[in-house]
Amino acid sequence: MVLTGAEIVIRCLQEEKVEYVFGYPGGAVLFLYDELSKQDTVRHVLVRHEQAAVHAADGYARSTDKVGVALVTSGPGVTNAVTGIATAYCDSIPMVIISGQVPTAAIGQDAFQEVDTVGITRPCVKHNFLVKDVRDIATTIKKAFFLAKTGRPGPVLVDIPKDVSAHKCEYEYPKTVALRSYNPIVKGHQGQIRKALGLLLEAKRPMIYAGGGVVLADAAEKLTKLTRLLGFPVTNTLMGLGGYPATDRQNLGMLGMHGTIEANMAMHYCDVLLAIGARFDDRVIGNPAHFQSEPRKIIHIDIDPSSISKRVKVDVPIVGNLSDVLDDMIKMLESAGDKPNPVQIEPWWKQIEEWRRRECLNYKNSTEVIKPQFVVETLWKITKGDAFVTSDVGQHQMWAAQYYKFDKPRRWVNSGGLGTMGFGLPAAMGVQLAHPGSPVAVITGEGSIQMCIQELSTCKQYRLPIKVLSLNNRYLGMVRQWQQFFHGNRYSESYMDSLPDFAKLAEAYGHVGLRVEKPGDVEGAIREAFSRKNDLVFLDFQVDPTENVFPMVQGGKGLTEMILSSEDL
Amino acid sequence: MRHVISLLLENESGALSRVSGLFSARGYNIESLTVAPTEDSSLSRMTIVTSGSDDIIEQITKQLNKLIDVVKVVDISEAAHIERELMLVKVRATGKDREEMKRMADIFRGRIVDVTESSYVIELTGTQDKLNSFVGAIDKDLILETVRSGVCGVGRGDRVLKI
Repeated sequence: MVLTGAEIVIRCLQEEKVEYVFGYPGGAVLFLYDELSKQDTVRHVLVRHEQAAVHAADGYARSTDKVGVALVTSGPGVTNAVTGIATAYCDSIPMVIISGQVPTAAIGQDAFQEVDTVGITRPCVKHNFLVKDVRDIATTIKKAFFLAKTGRPGPVLVDIPKDVSAHKCEYEYPKTVALRSYNPIVKGHQGQIRKALGLLLEAKRPMIYAGGGVVLADAAEKLTKLTRLLGFPVTNTLMGLGGYPATDRQNLGMLGMHGTIEANMAMHYCDVLLAIGARFDDRVIGNPAHFQSEPRKIIHIDIDPSSISKRVKVDVPIVGNLSDVLDDMIKMLESAGDKPNPVQIEPWWKQIEEWRRRECLNYKNSTEVIKPQFVVETLWKITKGDAFVTSDVGQHQMWAAQYYKFDKPRRWVNSGGLGTMGFGLPAAMGVQLAHPGSPVAVITGEGSIQMCIQELSTCKQYRLPIKVLSLNNRYLGMVRQWQQFFHGNRYSESYMDSLPDFAKLAEAYGHVGLRVEKPGDVEGAIREAFSRKNDLVFLDFQVDPTENVFPMVQGGKGLTEMILSSEDL
Repeated sequence: MRHVISLLLENESGALSRVSGLFSARGYNIESLTVAPTEDSSLSRMTIVTSGSDDIIEQITKQLNKLIDVVKVVDISEAAHIERELMLVKVRATGKDREEMKRMADIFRGRIVDVTESSYVIELTGTQDKLNSFVGAIDKDLILETVRSGVCGVGRGDRVLKI
């Protein structure tokens, strides 16, 4: 069957069972858009900015186990998309981005809307391709999807010149793909796994530290099973929230810069640490020298060998798919009938309970002014912890992570690695499209939401009943917090003056906007928002502008050196 | 410590910049980088001379392996190996210097590959040390131009980098 390049692209997307393509048309992708309009299996979602297209594809991927797909035009189309691509790269999100390029004859001629897409995106993709021949389109797209979702997942970009999408050739979608240079290890080394179990069973102060890899590998159930089997404490990273039920007694909460006392102390003073799909990020362990000052044996399971022994030395490395490795561990434990002796770790649990009694996430609620933590807690109560929650970046993100208890994986969608403001709303669009009947909330701030607020228009077009909860403190809160702590209260440029009336703005886009000023109105407002099943509701909470995120580990400090409240400053 | 890393990569446009971009993005040091196709036209072989602690070299190797275009990576300086570099030196060769230059080239087993009334081009191959010694041994004022290829290397004996 002879088809044009554009027809082939659409056929390939159909073969990959792509439901949604998030994109924005332009000159270099006109043939592709023409073909999109002639079919209805692959649905196109028109965003208002290319950054949002990629974030929406990202949100779609994070909340499902599928590959997100974005389509953008050449030049400014693809440069706008770069922030989204880098966001997905940092958090290892499977995604395929198709970009248009100027015609092959014009490449290198500084043509209108020409940019070296492959060059610009190279450092922030898992891999990228420039397709110079129509006969290569099908195999390249097959490779792109294969690369995006296997091994350590990530974004893969396919750049297609305009003339290539118009050329014709015989079409056949390859059934298999072989890349001689790409053979990710799936099965963990059995000897190493045995060694790891040996260490775990002897541990007196064990700790499990689980990251976003658990969620990505769909290994949450297995992590839960293993953790319960062992009876050990567990902590989740920001990216790993939902990888183990937050409300379970064995979960010590999130660790790191804004982690709980019990998680950070246990992470520091454990004698055997089992790290699973987590990479000892600077926001997680603070100062690596301080972290390594305490002797402990570290077992590290990860699909990516380069994540092992990158920031801290590891004693037992296990490279493999987390789901398979955890399976092996569970089987070995069960078949040997070996169980850790609960008596052996009893003093450790006693110590942990002591730390826990400090109740470090307690905050002083108020009847005068809305506390941001209270808004998140109320959201959790009302949605029974079952909502998909996306967030932007800043104080509200940390409060969301601390006060919304995620019991299930893929419910928490946030930009962890890159820390991208503007991520929340477009990501929520992808989540809502993937889960049409489910409650989807965006926890944001007045600073973050303005980075992609134009997407309220997309939400209108596709009738996405997202609930936007803006914790409006009239400041770039996290910047303000750091300026208060470390820059002598000089709030340089962190004050958001001349803010719009967000409720009216939402109304102008055709949505429902509510401004909430009193603590007594918080619960009613959230209930009303979720009772409006078909409307996007924008809740503009006027929260306490002086509230800070605690506990906090200052950058460069050790995990045990936490600031617990303003009095510690 | 100094390391010589050899790798095979897909002979595709952009593959070289993926490797060099990796080094610049992660702040690794590149002393020299040599690349050319192999007997298998689909593969290029690259030799990178770099330096760093054991941890850094481990990360470099892992990160290189992670690149999709990279087929195989070996640190050939881990065991006995041969290193060679090619240098072309254009020197002023007049009067008594002319005879002296010829003599120095002979001592270092160089070959004079271009002759004019006032200059020679001397071709030398060997280890980096040997080439450095040659440059050190001749009068600096007489050097008009030097050009060096960067190191290429191969393991001794049965150690073979092949797919």
